[in-house]
Amino acid sequence: MARKLSFRQSINEALAQEMARDPRVVIMGEDVSGGTGSPGEQDAWGGPLGVTKGLHSKFGAARVLDTPISESGFIGAAVGAAAAGLRPVAELMFVDFMGVCFDQIFNQAAKFRYMFGGKATTPVVIRTMFGGGFRAAAQHSQCLYSIFTHIPGLKCVVPSSPYEAKGLLIQAIRDDDPVIFFEHKMLYDVEEEVPEGAYTIPFGEANILRDGKDVTVVALGRMVTLAMQAAQALAKEGIQCEVIDPRTTSPLDMDTIVESVGNTGRLVVVDESHPRCNMATDIAAVVAQEAFDSLKAPVRMVTGPHTPVPFSPALEDLYLPSADKIAAAVRQATRKAAA
Amino acid sequence: MLQLNRDDLLRAYRQMKTIREFEERVHVEFANGAIPGFVHLYAGEEASAVGVCLHLREDVDHIASTHRGHGHCIAKGCDVDGMMLEIFGKDGGLCNGKGGSMHIADLDKGMMGANGIVGGGPPLICGAALAAKTLKTGGVAIAFVGDGGSNQGTTFEAMNLAAVWKLPAIFIFENNGYAEATSSKFSVSCGDIANRAVGFGMPGKIVDGHDFFAVHEAAQEAIERARNGDGPSLLEFKLNRYYGHFEGDAQTYRGKDEVKKLRESIDCIARFRGRVTETKLLENKQLDAIDKEVDGHIAGALAKAKAAAYPKPEALFTDVYAAY
Repeated sequence: MARKLSFRQSINEALAQEMARDPRVVIMGEDVSGGTGSPGEQDAWGGPLGVTKGLHSKFGAARVLDTPISESGFIGAAVGAAAAGLRPVAELMFVDFMGVCFDQIFNQAAKFRYMFGGKATTPVVIRTMFGGGFRAAAQHSQCLYSIFTHIPGLKCVVPSSPYEAKGLLIQAIRDDDPVIFFEHKMLYDVEEEVPEGAYTIPFGEANILRDGKDVTVVALGRMVTLAMQAAQALAKEGIQCEVIDPRTTSPLDMDTIVESVGNTGRLVVVDESHPRCNMATDIAAVVAQEAFDSLKAPVRMVTGPHTPVPFSPALEDLYLPSADKIAAAVRQATRKAAA
Repeated sequence: MLQLNRDDLLRAYRQMKTIREFEERVHVEFANGAIPGFVHLYAGEEASAVGVCLHLREDVDHIASTHRGHGHCIAKGCDVDGMMLEIFGKDGGLCNGKGGSMHIADLDKGMMGANGIVGGGPPLICGAALAAKTLKTGGVAIAFVGDGGSNQGTTFEAMNLAAVWKLPAIFIFENNGYAEATSSKFSVSCGDIANRAVGFGMPGKIVDGHDFFAVHEAAQEAIERARNGDGPSLLEFKLNRYYGHFEGDAQTYRGKDEVKKLRESIDCIARFRGRVTETKLLENKQLDAIDKEVDGHIAGALAKAKAAAYPKPEALFTDVYAAY
């Protein structure tokens, strides 16, 4: 029987297996071990949510490096180390902290290869937590992957489950380009069967989780689970959803989405981001260009509102997309066509 | 000075002259409209790049540079013909015409790039130093930073990180007195940038950046310290630039006749020449021969750059990713 791993454990296992395979893989970040220089235990935290726990004990201080709270410094160091021969995995604790290190990502890492005429290879992975639901409020709950997706030279990965996380992270570490790896903080305790050995999931190949003839539902990260819940509920009403997880926003597998819309004629995109200039608008725009003639109804988007993420549980629950909101959007898409 | 043999001195002189000649020619060509974009010239600061890089190995040592990067490139061994092609935006340039003056780089030579972002380089060299330490190459990594970059948060973070991780890193501040048009007397809160070293737990030293031998000696000490695993150092070179922040800068913020007086009174290359000829280490005729040779070399590079084709249209789309 295959064993089950949590999202957290599958990321930890991917890191451990790649570190064992390749001595150039190093990990750095704030408290990725925890306890460095402190009177108590080393490897006390393994990151604030324990994702890298145990790696310091296994691989030592030279390969699992605690950093000062100094994101420009250590994200830049990870980028420079990648250009100089290591394969660093840096942890930007919350993606919200991109504001204090973005230059090193989008002006340095993303542009080296092009600016330097193809001579640079920058195999850095930046792991980062994103998303709402943790009651972490405005500065610790954003999605922001669409900002990184906008930048040529970066690849953006948004895994939706433990199986996906392990295969996509191993791919990210072996990839020769800078990769931003988005981990939804509400997924860490989700469990599923995960193979023990190392495996990769290629970038730019969407996963069709459920076939359906009526509506194409595209969702990312934690939204995939919600989309599947909605699809199950809708099946009882006789609406068959085709649920697609793009897995990576850059590269983005538009072919699979366009092909699906060609069959269903209806599209609902679920994106936890704010409503403007996000992945939902981007996917909708491409579908409008590539599959306009197939559409039987306007494209529907389920997103957060154009507000910061609120703290109060009562407000945050209103803010976030839910299975109910997704189901309502799907019904709208199908009703419109029937009218 | 005693540690430098005649070959070293000849090499140093040739490099300094190459940088000067390169920059003087680029200045003229820019004024003629032959060079697109932004260009920041290094003339006047040659002793810094050359005095430091003479200690470095091409294969394991890394440097990161600033907007004002041509001198660092040449001192680190980048191909001068390729550089000129690059600055003209031509096919076959060091970065195939995609970087230009502000992003000129050659990672094969350990040159991590001029940088269009002030303070962009210091975090990067922490990474190169970490790679050297992890892979045990014996390499060091050096950030050249201006007085402007000395005030960036990235620079502070990088100095702290280098000290915390005890990296083989060196932070060299080329203080030419002006960040763009603003005086470092105004913008550097503590007077001398070197004063900041103590705040980051590393040695710091002020050096006359016009004195090749002082630069060479100070760099040697810092590089040896780094190679021995004793951690980072800070050096502040006091020097001057002969041109504006960028080409086309009217420099009205500078004193009356400031540049003219500088050129007459403080020239690091003339000083070098005086020292090595007075002490009979080199003869004027040897140096004259190098002048002539460099002159021909740069003229040749310029001719090639002017004659070269622009990149083909398909180059627009290549080298964004290793694979996508």
